[in-house]
Amino acid sequence: MFELERWQEIFETIRKNKLRTFLTGLSVASGIFILVILLAIGNGMENGVAKQFEKDAENKISVWTGVTSLGYKGLNPGRFIQLKNDDYNQTVQKHQDHLEYKSPAYRIWSGLTTYNKEFGSYRIEGVLPDFQFLENESLVQGRYINLQDQQNYEKVAVIGNKVFTDLFKGKNAIGEYIEITGINFKVIGVFSDPGGEREEARIFMPLSTSQRVFNAGDAIRTLAYTLHSTGNFDKDVEASEVFIAQLENQLKSKHTVAAEDTRAINIRSNLENAKKFYDLNFMISLFFWGVGICTIIAGVVGVSNIMLIIVKERTKEMGIRKALGAEPWSIIAMILHESIFITTIAGFTGLIFGLGLLEIVSPLIDVEYISNPSVDFKTAIITVFILIVAGAIAGFFPAYRAANIKPIEALRDE
Amino acid sequence: MIEIKNLHKSYKTGSTFLHVLKGINFSVKEGEMVSIMGSSGSGKSTLLNILGILDEADQGTYTLDGVLIKNLNEKIAARYRNRFLGFIFQSFNLINYKSALDNVAMPLYYQGVKRVERTDKAMHYLEKVGLADWATHLPSELSGGQKQRVAIARALASDPKVLLADEPTGALDSKTSYEVMELIQGINDEGKTILIVTHEEDIAHMTKRIVHLKDGVIISDSTVNQRKAKAMENV
Repeated sequence: MFELERWQEIFETIRKNKLRTFLTGLSVASGIFILVILLAIGNGMENGVAKQFEKDAENKISVWTGVTSLGYKGLNPGRFIQLKNDDYNQTVQKHQDHLEYKSPAYRIWSGLTTYNKEFGSYRIEGVLPDFQFLENESLVQGRYINLQDQQNYEKVAVIGNKVFTDLFKGKNAIGEYIEITGINFKVIGVFSDPGGEREEARIFMPLSTSQRVFNAGDAIRTLAYTLHSTGNFDKDVEASEVFIAQLENQLKSKHTVAAEDTRAINIRSNLENAKKFYDLNFMISLFFWGVGICTIIAGVVGVSNIMLIIVKERTKEMGIRKALGAEPWSIIAMILHESIFITTIAGFTGLIFGLGLLEIVSPLIDVEYISNPSVDFKTAIITVFILIVAGAIAGFFPAYRAANIKPIEALRDE
Repeated sequence: MIEIKNLHKSYKTGSTFLHVLKGINFSVKEGEMVSIMGSSGSGKSTLLNILGILDEADQGTYTLDGVLIKNLNEKIAARYRNRFLGFIFQSFNLINYKSALDNVAMPLYYQGVKRVERTDKAMHYLEKVGLADWATHLPSELSGGQKQRVAIARALASDPKVLLADEPTGALDSKTSYEVMELIQGINDEGKTILIVTHEEDIAHMTKRIVHLKDGVIISDSTVNQRKAKAMENV
């Protein structure tokens, strides 16, 4: 295999048959190229979907209210259901053992915020300490709201990265005072959110403070919970379904809402959405793998076809070589050596082109549901080797047959 | 050099057997130049293929340079062909993507001769057939006579015991034929054993012995006065 003489012989053959070599190489290289791109897109979609769920806790269950759509027990439809602190306290009490994190939130959608001469309008939310984990936030500086802040109606604020860059322009924010709707708040922390800028254009303060400064009484806008995870995705989904059903029941009976009313009380489970998306994602990646494997098969078939043609085309040459004293094995080895050499070079060329394209294009792709399309290098290398080995096996049989034709038959071949 | 006894060969064509060689007894001594003649279908090419270890006899014995050629596997057959025999074909059978020099060097490659030495030797034989200036040309750039001379150089390159030529002038005009025959006669004069299959009388008379084949048997075997091809060219 490593004889210099045979390498020379092969290089000469390749040099003299550029078109044939090029076509063989092209089919292999394009097969690998397409596979790399496909796998990368599949991967990108997986990343993209995963990213959609990163902005909040994956198993977050949130409740918000609306207007009743049905009359019930003598009450007219069109009545607004207002969540109160009681609702939160009662639900937490009932489900205490199952809840991992829980927090109500009061919010105003846009609150004018100023610091010195900088100002902006942001979502202001009054929350409890657990909210950090429900929203999947991590602190860049300082601390989050704690229970003492809540109990003492502290005028403290945790601001998002976006707010921080808007107002503070990179200067120190911790301990500084910002004015929210005309009231001074002390900044105690800066957070980042995987959901990106939109999720970081928010300011958090203790729930109690927000209810007081915005004159909300004990009204709250949403409830958010997560359940303890069992580590088993399907079991978690099941548990959250049970929890949601009970929660809905409890809230509906408390607020005198008809069981069939779908608009007064809304409960959304990220887990259920996640399950749908993961199922979809799984199907998509299955599809891409299917297409990828078909591409590889097509590549192998292409290589075998070309090998058949090469062997057919060279039958007479084989006859001549045999008449001149070539042993059958040396003929098989020559053909295989050539084909393995070409598929290897072409396979890696396709791989490099595919990876190169991804390297260039991938950072430019910023579409929802596609993020960082990339391919596992090991997978790519393995597929190249599969193609090489399959090509060699596919080439072996025609080569073996050609090598064992009697020289006079091969010589007669025109 | 060559010794064959009671050689039989038949081919299967569909359901019938075609008995091509029906008991050939024949021997060639070293340095002889023999032509095998016969009409088409007389079995002369088959005989040459068997002599060239390109085909195998059904019955009988074939001894080449004291070695019994029988039931050889492909590997050993290839080795014997490489060491003992040089082939010259009617259709030249050069490898079309290799230069004249590389074609001549081919048997040496299969002998395991290193590249530099191979090129030297091949060049030497190309000079011998008068084509040193054409060494880098592809077969497609050569005339028929030149191609056959490259083929002769290739046949000589491995320094074989016997040269086997199957209608070496079949694809050439008379003038070129004579030039090629002159070359072959010169090689014979240097002591090489040569067998030529032909159906042309004048070519046959340029050898030293003519064997006539008809319907798979030898009907005559006689030595003749060799006509020098050089003399014929001037006629």
